[in-house]
Amino acid sequence: MAIDRRKFLKTTGLVGAAGALATPDFFIRSAQGADAIHVGVLFSLTGGLSIIEKSLADATMMAISEINAVGGVKGMKIEAIIEDGASDPKTYNEKASKLVIQDRVPTVFGSYTSASRKAVLPVFEKRNNLYFYPTYYEGFECSKNVVYTGAVPNQQLSNFIPWVIKTLGKKKFFIVGSNYIYPREMAKVSKILIEKSGGEWIADEYLELGDSEWGSMVNKIKSSGCDVVLSNVVGDSVVAFYREFKNQGLTHDKLPICATVTSEIEIAAMGAEYAVGSYTSFPYFQAIDTDINKAFVERYRKFVKDPKAVTHHALESSYFQVFLWKQAVEKASAITPTAIRDAVKGQEFNAPNGHVKIEPENLHTWLTPRIAQWLPNGQGKIVDEYKAPIKPLPYVAYGETDDNLFCTSKGLDTSKLKKT
Amino acid sequence: MIDTLFIGLSVGSILLLVALGLAITYGVMGVINMAHGELVMVGAYTTVMSGIWLHTGFLIAIPIAFVVTALVGLMIERIVVRRLYGRILDTLLATWGIGILIQQAVRLEFGLSFFGIHIEGLGPGLQNVTIPETLQGAISIGGVEINAYRTFIILVTGVFTLITWFILFRTPIGTQVRAIIRNRQMAAACGVDVERVNAMTFAFGSGLAGVAGVMMSGFKTVFPDMGTPMVVDGFLVVVAGGVGSLLGSVLSAGMLGEINGVVASITNDIVARAVVFGVVILIIIAKPKGLFSFKER
Repeated sequence: MAIDRRKFLKTTGLVGAAGALATPDFFIRSAQGADAIHVGVLFSLTGGLSIIEKSLADATMMAISEINAVGGVKGMKIEAIIEDGASDPKTYNEKASKLVIQDRVPTVFGSYTSASRKAVLPVFEKRNNLYFYPTYYEGFECSKNVVYTGAVPNQQLSNFIPWVIKTLGKKKFFIVGSNYIYPREMAKVSKILIEKSGGEWIADEYLELGDSEWGSMVNKIKSSGCDVVLSNVVGDSVVAFYREFKNQGLTHDKLPICATVTSEIEIAAMGAEYAVGSYTSFPYFQAIDTDINKAFVERYRKFVKDPKAVTHHALESSYFQVFLWKQAVEKASAITPTAIRDAVKGQEFNAPNGHVKIEPENLHTWLTPRIAQWLPNGQGKIVDEYKAPIKPLPYVAYGETDDNLFCTSKGLDTSKLKKT
Repeated sequence: MIDTLFIGLSVGSILLLVALGLAITYGVMGVINMAHGELVMVGAYTTVMSGIWLHTGFLIAIPIAFVVTALVGLMIERIVVRRLYGRILDTLLATWGIGILIQQAVRLEFGLSFFGIHIEGLGPGLQNVTIPETLQGAISIGGVEINAYRTFIILVTGVFTLITWFILFRTPIGTQVRAIIRNRQMAAACGVDVERVNAMTFAFGSGLAGVAGVMMSGFKTVFPDMGTPMVVDGFLVVVAGGVGSLLGSVLSAGMLGEINGVVASITNDIVARAVVFGVVILIIIAKPKGLFSFKER
């Protein structure tokens, strides 16, 4: 039985990819212009991850159409070649190869999960091409061929944990996550920060990715004697987790869930009543009260023709990274991946979340950490934010600091990694 | 300890709710319905849609979802499954394909998204189902806090298991169904209209999947792929319990649920899942036909 299912899953991927060809996006590809610059857009438009990745692809396309509307880049229109990763790392790898080798695009925007990024990484490194990755991730990566515009652990946790301990006065952490690399790395960073800030962690537990039977886990949380839950739970399990939490009689005012992944999308799906009073740490929330962000949300809703569409961190990064890329192309001497990569270093942009800048050393992005408390209307109320963006430290779990970068433009200094 | 046993019972009842429909279609018709998970998904979406467009509450969604998925099931039986009786592998393939079709129909909003039309409640995104206030939170019985929604699931599962039992063992159609389970040709020779009974059985099994979908919608996330992992759990229960045996399915669901609950509380959920799979493998090795199976005559 199980073997048959696996075989079929593969065929599902193929069917899905064929379906993607039929979308209107296909017309964009066939509309070849004489003065155009082609870029790859690689997200899952089918499969389980399409829920979120479709919105990232939409945000990317919106940025491209906005740039084209005001004249494009260097007088050239941007033309997107859209490929479907089909929620499958292997498909991601094939599509990335196709974009880089056959279509010869100088840049690809794409990926949501770390698994898909790791799958395409060899393609970009071997061919010396350029990949823009918009999602918050676990760090521990140093590539000359990837620009990372989402948060790394220090930008989600170094503000969050001291704040939980000092402002909320909570000391005993129950760390819970989905069983794969991102939550495990986040837990590692969290433990360092908890111990440094004078708290303690009493458990570090995992549930399989996509599993939504939370009964036993929440029961454990209940009897563990913790006073705060740090959640690195990912995907659709998030919804089941918050529901089970409330259904077992736990409340966020006594025992708050402090999350690193729960975004506007999950809150809308679970129903805000289950999350009211809990906290999330992200550089971007839909609720950020600036004109630039309000206009962004407005434009996005119009673009996807859904007046209730929500925006979130990875979506916003998908949007602003295209503008950073555009500025880099304008500055670059030639439209080649390496020239764009060199030109993107130090690029700054006023994004919906505020000022962002690409760190020249490690190609990650300076972002402003924020903490929000969820309100009954499904939006976050920002309860704490840094005044300025902070430096991205992808190796913070291994002792990286602002003055002692492990990943520089020369590459990863492995000797520093070994010392810790 | 009561907490742990309660969670085990609840996990078991969820397993049973999904497996009940499968047990009937697999047992009676010998059809491995791979689209069963998608029927659960259709039930969940019926809850979402009836909430948005008819403004009906969560409880009213149970009969609506039963009727809707039963009709979908009837359609699948009439158009595809009927033509493939006795060809297990072909039905498996065909129903798997139907499952993908249903998923894509929901994801692409029946194709309307190509024309830029958006139907609220459909599409690739996560959907929200509002649960009545009384089913949220916990109720306290004798100092023990009991999860209200899980209690409700246990009750609903109990009711539908009883209904199924009643139909199977206390009605004329049930007698015919049981006759077909034992020996299809003999039943046909005795004047049982096998085609008609099969169609009704498939519709009823699908309807049960719809009810499971309603209950899942208040518990898990509603999205087009939600049904796929459930069908695996459903088959675990059916295979371990014995094909065609209602009692077998009830007991094996209860047993697997309790094993999951107890092991998870002692170690963790990841180990618990592995132990459950291990137990099912052992059962199949020791009793290839499952715990309770009929001798074919």
